[in-house]
Amino acid sequence: MDLIKPEIGLIFWTGVSFLLLMVLLRKFAWKPILGAVEARDEKINEALNAAEQARKEISNLAAENEKLLAEARNEKDRIIADAKKTREHMISDAKNIADSEAKRMIETARLSIENEKNAALTEVKNLVANLSIEVAEKILRKRFENPSEQQAFVQKHLEDVKLN
Amino acid sequence: MQFSSFFRFNTLSALLFAAVFSISFTGSTPVLAASEPAAAGEEAEFNPGEVILHHIADAHDWHLFDLTNEDGTLHPVSIPLPIILLTNGNLDVFMSSAFDHGHAEVVKGERTYKLDHGHIVETSGASVLDFSITKNAASMMLSIVILLLIFTAAGRSSTKNKGGAPTGIARFMEPLVLFVRDEIAIPNIGEKHYKRFMPYLLTVFFFIWINNLLGLVPAGANFTGNIAVTLTLAAFTMIITNVSGTKTYWSHIFTPHVPKWLYPIMIPVELIGVISKPFALTIRLFANITAGHIIILSLVSLIFIFKTVLIAPVSVAFVLFMSVLELLVAALQAYVFTLLSALFIGLALEEPHHEHETKHSH
Repeated sequence: MDLIKPEIGLIFWTGVSFLLLMVLLRKFAWKPILGAVEARDEKINEALNAAEQARKEISNLAAENEKLLAEARNEKDRIIADAKKTREHMISDAKNIADSEAKRMIETARLSIENEKNAALTEVKNLVANLSIEVAEKILRKRFENPSEQQAFVQKHLEDVKLN
Repeated sequence: MQFSSFFRFNTLSALLFAAVFSISFTGSTPVLAASEPAAAGEEAEFNPGEVILHHIADAHDWHLFDLTNEDGTLHPVSIPLPIILLTNGNLDVFMSSAFDHGHAEVVKGERTYKLDHGHIVETSGASVLDFSITKNAASMMLSIVILLLIFTAAGRSSTKNKGGAPTGIARFMEPLVLFVRDEIAIPNIGEKHYKRFMPYLLTVFFFIWINNLLGLVPAGANFTGNIAVTLTLAAFTMIITNVSGTKTYWSHIFTPHVPKWLYPIMIPVELIGVISKPFALTIRLFANITAGHIIILSLVSLIFIFKTVLIAPVSVAFVLFMSVLELLVAALQAYVFTLLSALFIGLALEEPHHEHETKHSH
């Protein structure tokens, strides 16, 4: 058989067999294998997408947590600030009340002291007047024990009147 | 990068092929010398060209080995294969053993057949269409059985594990299938169209590969090194290429972007291009595989040429080296054939480019 002369028989059998092989393998091998590969690719893609989705969700969750935390922190700061303000208010109020009360009490004390002092002074004045009157009476009594003297004295005063 | 490497292969093989081929033509003794009884007392001259050509050629029986008869003649032992002949509308079917290795004639009705240098001829000179299951055809059928066994098993396994990780034989075959898809089909044909051509590309890839490997088995047939086979496969590629050719593809052939007066030259050139692509596929696979076989057979022949066993270790070492190389070539040529088929299909599918309209022309 010649090396480079194609034989019709072999061409025929090769052609027929190859076509048959292609049809059979297409149905029983290539479609199932490529189908399985594609199904797997799809599955892998789905899994990757799901993972990506989960990652996103987790990062969203983390962001939300962060937000909540920040809110809580702000709330805390706000509450503390409020409390501080309230405390200051209370302290200043208390101080004002105490001040005014103290002033009032001092004023009352001052007034009562003034009254006491005036009363005491009046009493002292009265006592001194009475004493002076008593002393003057006693002195006068003593001076005018004898009637001559009384006469002289009247005389004298009469003279003065005459002069006037 | 890959192109240069396989062209180098081609050149090397072609040179060796040509060298051995010329030896075969200078030999003058008739073919099938081994089966002719040797003259008594005189040792038959060893003709490596003939032996090699006999080994790489197709045959009507599957020759296994020779036995030496008591009278010193050689008696070939072969597996008989069916002979199917169509002569003047008559279908004659018988087994090749009826020829008794070319010693006997076969009479069917008024028709008498005999083997002449491996060809079946009708003694009265009627034209015979030979549709016999030859050694190559039988080897191909064996390869088809192997392919069907391997890949239907892989297909079943894939169906069972749809969407899951591949198991069993599919785990081994799937990367090869994906190699054809991702390295051959998609890069050359494109994501859009490749799916239509996957059955052809996969089948041709594994068909050529497994037959290349079967050809390396001792006593195996040189199936993919037969020009009828490579011609048939290349014809499939040519048909698929031209059937799926787009408007752009045909307009490149019949209205190329050259001045009108060049059309009488350009259109025939483009048409030659249509033929030369499958022709190159035909010759490349044929020459590569045949050359590999010739080299191995030549190296073995060295032992008989030098008529000493001392050369045997050298021959065996070289044959071992060549056999391993041929294992690579078996896969490489299947890859190259499939790659070029995909490339030609991809070229025929090309969409119109805008740059073609203005400056670019092929």
